[in-house]
Amino acid sequence: MESIPILESWRSTVGPVLDSDEKVLASFEPNLDAQLHFQQALLVLTPRRLIQFLRQQHSCQSWPVGPDLGLALIEQGSVGTLELQGPSGRISSWRFTIGQSSAARVMCERLEAVQTGQNLQETSICPSCGAIMPATATKCPACAPQSEVGSLASLFRLVSFARPRLAMIILSGALTLASTAVGLIPPYLTIPLLDEVLIPYQSGKPAAFSLVYWYLGGLLIAAFLGWLLGWASSYVSAWVSERISADLRRRTYAHLQRLSLEFFGGRRTGDLLSRISTDTDRLCNFLSLHLIDFVKDILMIVMTAGILLWLDPMLALAALLPFPIIVWLVQWFRSRLLRHYIRSTVAWADMTSVLTDTISGIRVVKAFAQEQREIDRFNETDQRVVASNDRVNRMWAFLGPVITLLTTVGLLIVWAFAAYRVYQSSITVGILTAFIAYITSFYARSESLISIFSSVQRAAASASRIFEILDRVPSVPEPTDPVVPARIEGAIELSGIRFKYGQREVIHGIDLTIRPGEMIGLVGPSGAGKSTLINLICRFFDVAQGSIRIDGHDIRTMPIEVYRKNIGIVLQEPFLFYGTVAENIAYGRPGATRQEIVAAARAARAHEFILKLADGYDSIVGERGQSLSGGERQRISIARALLIDPRILILDEATSSVDTETERDIQAALDVLIKGRTTIAIAHRLSTLRRADRIVVIDNGRIVETGTHPELLRLRGKYAQLHRAQIEMVQGHAV
Amino acid sequence: MNTNAEVLDSRILLSQDEKGRLVYVDEHEQKHVDVVAVRAFPITDTMHGISILTKEGKELTWIDNIETVANPARSLLEEALDQKQFMPIISKVLSISRTAEPNEWEVETNRGPTRFPLRSEEDVLRLTGQRALIIDANGVRYLITDLTTLDTRSRRLLERYL
Repeated sequence: MESIPILESWRSTVGPVLDSDEKVLASFEPNLDAQLHFQQALLVLTPRRLIQFLRQQHSCQSWPVGPDLGLALIEQGSVGTLELQGPSGRISSWRFTIGQSSAARVMCERLEAVQTGQNLQETSICPSCGAIMPATATKCPACAPQSEVGSLASLFRLVSFARPRLAMIILSGALTLASTAVGLIPPYLTIPLLDEVLIPYQSGKPAAFSLVYWYLGGLLIAAFLGWLLGWASSYVSAWVSERISADLRRRTYAHLQRLSLEFFGGRRTGDLLSRISTDTDRLCNFLSLHLIDFVKDILMIVMTAGILLWLDPMLALAALLPFPIIVWLVQWFRSRLLRHYIRSTVAWADMTSVLTDTISGIRVVKAFAQEQREIDRFNETDQRVVASNDRVNRMWAFLGPVITLLTTVGLLIVWAFAAYRVYQSSITVGILTAFIAYITSFYARSESLISIFSSVQRAAASASRIFEILDRVPSVPEPTDPVVPARIEGAIELSGIRFKYGQREVIHGIDLTIRPGEMIGLVGPSGAGKSTLINLICRFFDVAQGSIRIDGHDIRTMPIEVYRKNIGIVLQEPFLFYGTVAENIAYGRPGATRQEIVAAARAARAHEFILKLADGYDSIVGERGQSLSGGERQRISIARALLIDPRILILDEATSSVDTETERDIQAALDVLIKGRTTIAIAHRLSTLRRADRIVVIDNGRIVETGTHPELLRLRGKYAQLHRAQIEMVQGHAV
Repeated sequence: MNTNAEVLDSRILLSQDEKGRLVYVDEHEQKHVDVVAVRAFPITDTMHGISILTKEGKELTWIDNIETVANPARSLLEEALDQKQFMPIISKVLSISRTAEPNEWEVETNRGPTRFPLRSEEDVLRLTGQRALIIDANGVRYLITDLTTLDTRSRRLLERYL
């Protein structure tokens, strides 16, 4: 057990007090005094004693850790109390604000562990993201808000995806450079065209008109080349960015599949869906459109500036200087616009949520005749949408002409300077024309250049959301030396299981031995830990302490896939994928023959209702397909489990009631399913419990009673209590 | 429920009574009137897995392979199956009246040419393999067995939906 580091500010005070070998097991700051004023104090637990430090009083008090010492935690709203109790009553107490409560809880647990001589749990699972965190940590390190959310750093990580395509990226870069360069030729060619041919002509001097053809020919070739190169560079750039986005999407999805179950528990489906689809889409757009445009703009600006400076440095400076000012002004306007834009999207989201609410709940609306009220509510939110959109539109209408005005002013400055220079005979009219042409295209780029800022921000946010998934480590690791067992008999042994979910220990030490083919019914009040136990047996999570053995092999030594293929699971809410009935039944074994599928459906008492469907076994079910009743889906789910012929069966019974005939069918199907397999069932039905070889009653993460149904009833304990409540409910139902 | 389907297939006693209803005699010599014949895999396998059910839906017998059933029972069976799970197979899509639903389709099928109205684009479903299912506004189902073997015009018309 590692010693926990003490907070920086206390180190100098605590250090000298501790003995050299005294480890710190827990520390916690009771930041309120008895009068509920803020104070600075620290409580430290070592294997030998509990020490209290008070900053103000410079005092230090300690109590030796003995068997008769106890810590009790009382939480009331945002203030909690930790009481130290001894043989003669309360010894001391400390008060703290809610932020300290998890640290206080850790201290209580640690004290208990020290007193009972237990090994302290090293790890725990974060309830929101499923990462493994040290048991003493009060905040999950993986969930901690990163200081650089949405920073450019996440965009740079995309570089690792770019590396395999380096050759193509260089090609596209070269092509972009070439096409930009070619694009700069035309204005340059007009200089001699004007200066050597047309202007002399105008002023009556002789000039070879044939040169015009040469120059125009040159312009034509340049235009053609420009088109060719532009096409090629766009094509290659788009090709590369499309591949990079596809790589990102695939890698993210594959990684997501390998993450363990608790990651999904803490997140909503919608959030994960949007990361893989919307966020990657945004990145794809960014890479294939915005980034490429940005590169083109930068190249053009740099090369144009170069040419201008080469033509006439003085004029170039005069032309280029207004540019940063204009850019800054436009950026300022845009940021103001963005603020209003955000407000309008919020208004829009409000309106959409009213819409979703009332349309999904239309039955309630109609049942209570609240249509007019909902119409009024909608109109109100819509009004806010109109108001905020008005603001945005006003700003937007303003922004466009402002940019035009600023660019015109910039051009006028160039004209003024250039005219002056021509007057001074420093430059020719041809050069002036070229300058104006270059500067115009220069300014034309400025607006698109500015838009890159917001797209970079959005893309960076999307990139960091995606990398959040890619950075997760599955908390159920594959074994380094996998042991593939021969045929599994189905003997399960749980020894000393402890499991922590965040700061809460949900399983406090469970020992259970199950013989092959035995059926165990798990009962207990809700929240007792039944589902957690099931999840541990299925190895969706790993135990913090203790081990689970199948036929004597620890499940952690088996490859996860092999292990799970031997377990059949029938869940409370059977989920059917979008596909045919046959595909759903064969989900665990895609190569199953039609005969096998029909046989499984027959045994699950599903065959007859499937035949009643319009397309029989080829009917499409799932979210967008045919809707089936709860009982029908249960039976398909049972057929699915039957098909893989597992040695171990996990049954999480549906609490929802179905009609008695379906109930009978489901029960018959379950009988077939259970036969000869080691079954662990979270049982709600009386009929299931009666069939069980043994019933295990779990309460507060511990086994409280075991036995057969009649034995437990005779005990008149927890089971009898639950049973009586259920009978009353069922009888109430029947009436 | 029959498991000795092969033994019974040659003796599938299926006949039609004067009202045109299907009559089935099972192995216990019991007569069942107005039975229903259903294909278990009407889209993916029309030759295997046929079930004969009572009017209420209870299974009487299971036929693994329709080819083991002798005539005249076989033709009766096939006729009843086609009626129950009527699903013309589209060989050509000639025209679709407009791009927005509801629209009218003109097609050629293995049962001759026909027209049907389509209610929404969700009624055109892509199935596994190169198959597609179209359910018209009246509930009649049409099958396309292989999208790749359709002519170009049909494929272009279907592009919007699949």
